[in-house]
Amino acid sequence: MHKSIIWINLLIWYREAIFEKRYLNNYLNGENNMKKLLSIFAVAAFAFSANAGTLDDVKNRGFLKCGVTTGLAGFAAPDDSGEWAGLDADMCRAVAVAVFGDRSKVEFITTTGKSRFPTLASGEVDMLARNTTWTISRDVNLGFEFVGVNFYDGQGFMVPSALGVSSATELDGATVCIQTGTTTELNLADFFRLNGISYEALPIETNDEGKENLFAGRCDVYTTDASGLSSTRAAAPNPDKWKVLPEIISKEPLGPLVRHGDHQWGDVVRWSLNAMIIAEELGVTSENVDAQMSSNVPEVLRLLGVEGNYGEMLELSNDWAYQIIKQIGNYSESYEANVGPDTPLEIARGLNALWTQGGILYAPPFR
Amino acid sequence: MRSNLGFFSDEKFRSIFFQTLVVGLFALGLFFVISTTSYNLEKRNIATGWSFLQNPAGFDISFSPFLEFKSTDTHLKVYFVGVLNTLLVSVTGCIAATILGFILGIVRLSSNWLLSRLVYIYVEFSRNVPLLLQIILWYSILIQLPRVKQSLQVLDVFYISNRGLYSPRPIFESGFSYVLIAIVLALISSFLINRWAKKRQDETGQQFPVFSSSIGLIFIVPLILFFILGSPMSFEHPEMKGFNFKGGLVIRPEFIAMFLALSIYTAAFISEIVRAGIMSVSKGQREASAAIGLKQTWIMRLIIIPQALRVIVPPLTSQYLNLTKNSSLGIAVGYADLVHGFGGISLNQTGQAIECMAIVMATYLSISLTISFFMNIYNRSIQFKEK
Repeated sequence: MHKSIIWINLLIWYREAIFEKRYLNNYLNGENNMKKLLSIFAVAAFAFSANAGTLDDVKNRGFLKCGVTTGLAGFAAPDDSGEWAGLDADMCRAVAVAVFGDRSKVEFITTTGKSRFPTLASGEVDMLARNTTWTISRDVNLGFEFVGVNFYDGQGFMVPSALGVSSATELDGATVCIQTGTTTELNLADFFRLNGISYEALPIETNDEGKENLFAGRCDVYTTDASGLSSTRAAAPNPDKWKVLPEIISKEPLGPLVRHGDHQWGDVVRWSLNAMIIAEELGVTSENVDAQMSSNVPEVLRLLGVEGNYGEMLELSNDWAYQIIKQIGNYSESYEANVGPDTPLEIARGLNALWTQGGILYAPPFR
Repeated sequence: MRSNLGFFSDEKFRSIFFQTLVVGLFALGLFFVISTTSYNLEKRNIATGWSFLQNPAGFDISFSPFLEFKSTDTHLKVYFVGVLNTLLVSVTGCIAATILGFILGIVRLSSNWLLSRLVYIYVEFSRNVPLLLQIILWYSILIQLPRVKQSLQVLDVFYISNRGLYSPRPIFESGFSYVLIAIVLALISSFLINRWAKKRQDETGQQFPVFSSSIGLIFIVPLILFFILGSPMSFEHPEMKGFNFKGGLVIRPEFIAMFLALSIYTAAFISEIVRAGIMSVSKGQREASAAIGLKQTWIMRLIIIPQALRVIVPPLTSQYLNLTKNSSLGIAVGYADLVHGFGGISLNQTGQAIECMAIVMATYLSISLTISFFMNIYNRSIQFKEK
């Protein structure tokens, strides 16, 4: 064969090696040294391109990589024993249970408001459960897929009680701490523009930085999702000294998201969340789930895998939803344990109550 | 006896062969990177292109001393605000680091044991602690200053709090332009006097007090004019209104932290460069100039420094480049520089990571090349002119 043809072939093979996983092993086993050299390039490039079939990747790896916040009490933060806990952390664990039947098979990877999207896009995490607002541009333009909403939130303001402010419209000229790269940053600009008042933005990266600047008085106001404010207030040395203003200036549906285009994996995450919501609707809890196995309600039997083969459809074991409820609990249990009225966050169910109980939490039927 | 590889021992062939090989490998590498990137972008449905630059930013930037910025302005304007803020902290940082570095470098060589040891400790401390930590240290100190309502008042007109340093802002009224014109004229005439004095000294050996006459022209003449015109300048004093001071000039703690950390860190390196430069001038030069009766200050100014500069300027250039590039650490304290604003917030709000990063990198490259260009011109002007 002519030498230049060999070169051209090598180039073509290289492309295939990057883009088609199956060629890789052939290269590594091949005798030709040049091929081996090229395959090293291929492996280097492959690190950036491996994201087809996330479910298989997760199964092969043996654990789930889940992107969470750098620490927001109630949503995702290490508890006293160093275990990640919170509503978002439960979401990660639910997916791990669905795939492996084991709530500990998760590696929590912290991301900032800014690093979360590149982290997900590059395949460093399999999913994000990180207080992320579902918007059209993120869903469409950034190439992600929001699989549902695990917390309906809205943006609010927190000020020191001593400031003597009772409404956000009185904040003319205030210095506002704001996390960069968030939807709240854009809402903030819109709100002040709409009300014809001015402010000075103090850009911060993490919730902790926001706390530090607010408590030191570098800024007068901290704005983020109302749930985040409750969490920050609960963590303050003296929570009574802080006040959350009544205005909620935006709707912030927060939910887990995955990379666009991997529908199988999207389905797994989506139905892990839905299973928890449906379980609450059907009154199945971690305590009564074993008794419910012999329930006479058909949907309960389908959910728990007694009837039908919904687990197989998702390429999971048939008791996946049973395991989620057994090990994590239903949505209500997770909510009450992490953010509900009995926790330091004291957030009432509100919008997050089931649709049958005055909220808007709703999951499609399990059939 | 020539083997098959005979033409490999031909120097010309070998040189062409390796050059082709390097260029080929480089092109191949480029091909890998570009094809992989474009493939992955396409696969993840990430839109590419430059049109986002014209879209409204939607967020506010408060630290923009040169351009007025509103949330309805475009991402392109975010870029310009970022470039100006980067240049602001880099230029002021370079000037301060140079002055501080020169002083410290000379003090380090002083025969005063205590002074020279103190500088030694300073140099070793600040260049061996990571810059990022120094920036955060300064910022943490600054936000522990009193809150804005309890601001420290200095000399009745300056206010210091953890929101920054507030000072009166000068407001120029009509008539001030004459003072400006006087300053410009004074600058031109002192330049001319300097040239004339040099020429006269070369020809006749007589000296002329250039320094004091220039000071007189540049400062005293405009000052007299200023008072004759009835002081056409007033001050706007900062006043506490609502949540913050209104009016006046403000220097933010984010800027101060960056400025202090960058200049103190870089000054440590510059002082070592200056010390090396001065020590590179042989002892004989100093002794010879003392022998012909030159004053100590003249020896430094006319003999030592000009020769030391030849050694100092090339590494000084790279310190300027370092300082400029290090200013990208501003993100740690929320200083609204190029990386923070355009390379951070715009990138994140639009998702155009590759475009934003490419622009930011090209900008740093251009700034660095510009600094190098001018420093090289300066370097050539101070080299020995061999005839």
